[in-house]
Amino acid sequence: MGKHKATVAHEFIKGLWDENPVLISLLGLCPALAVTNSAINGLAMGLATTFVVTSSSIIISSLRKVIPHQVRIASYIVIIATFVTVADRFMAAFYPAISKALGPYVPLIVVNCLILGRQEAFASKNPVGRSLLDALGMGLGFLMVLFTLGTIREILGSGTFLTYQVLGDWFHPWLVMVLPPGAFLALGLLIGLSNWINDQRAKA
Amino acid sequence: MKIILIFISAAVVNNFVLTYFLGLCPFVGVSKRLSSAVSMGMAVTFVMTISAAVTWLIYNLLLVPYHIEILEYVSFILVIASLVQLVEMFVRKVSKPLYDALGIYLPLITTNCAILGLALFAVLRHYDFVESLVFGIGAGAGFTLALVIMAGIREELELANVPKYFQGAAITMIIAGSLALAFMGFSGLISI
Repeated sequence: MGKHKATVAHEFIKGLWDENPVLISLLGLCPALAVTNSAINGLAMGLATTFVVTSSSIIISSLRKVIPHQVRIASYIVIIATFVTVADRFMAAFYPAISKALGPYVPLIVVNCLILGRQEAFASKNPVGRSLLDALGMGLGFLMVLFTLGTIREILGSGTFLTYQVLGDWFHPWLVMVLPPGAFLALGLLIGLSNWINDQRAKA
Repeated sequence: MKIILIFISAAVVNNFVLTYFLGLCPFVGVSKRLSSAVSMGMAVTFVMTISAAVTWLIYNLLLVPYHIEILEYVSFILVIASLVQLVEMFVRKVSKPLYDALGIYLPLITTNCAILGLALFAVLRHYDFVESLVFGIGAGAGFTLALVIMAGIREELELANVPKYFQGAAITMIIAGSLALAFMGFSGLISI
């Protein structure tokens, strides 16, 4: 990355699969595991993170020539924490139920290494437009994984999808899937699956 | 009595890594060798205890009296980042061997979400000063415990025949899942 001039579209697409933050780079694992006990929680966390990473990328990329190199990490963290506060207050005001379900994991977006990673690796070196696309792609890639994990865990763990009953009475919910061990197992299998898919694509 | 309960709860029942998923990055990254896992656990426990005390003071003596709780996240993360820097300088001056043993892991603790998570949980549960301090020590002990168990398993795993697509991160997650399953045995031991 960076050496060869990537096309603009590539900046966006790479976050979705080739450099997917969770499956490939293993960034942002805490929220990916903690809030995915239902599809809606995964979706909400994905949207909040996408908002924070995109907004901070725009600001940091516009200020990249102003922020002194020595204090850049501290500056990034303050900017990120500001947007997290915005997202947190917004959710508490308009979606109180989801905000309560996510609990302290909303403020913990501040220390999501995915966000700081994008600022350090991309937004601080690239113009606003490219940084915006890069952040949007990474955010959506993150959202996709969280939503998938949430869907798998909700269907297996409670037999529902977005709170609608999808599996009949014959299905005995696999309770462990909505508990912490289920999160680790589901993500482990998902990473294994993505390794397999990448291998098949490399062969083809 | 409540102090002991808080300690046990933070260390095993609600283990930070295996139940709250906090501090997963070092858990995956630094659990390859037993010796570095022990150093990392010590460093995290150290910073956790100090930051639990300092963030409690900041929140209750500064943010609450002036009604600026909205600045909670910004101030906590700034305090933690500068604290890690201070601790690093202090350890380097006072004990060179300890500094060398902790190495790169000390500065990396800033981005460990377990530290910020600890401060947020302490505020959420309205702990007083001593309780926050014990909560910090307990959470650090729990983190060290999980990290050391994981490192022990991963050292053995090098001899095992792991399926090709599950090598690396995938098998680590699945082992963590089994560990979390084992730690679920502690749930119901006490409730806070």
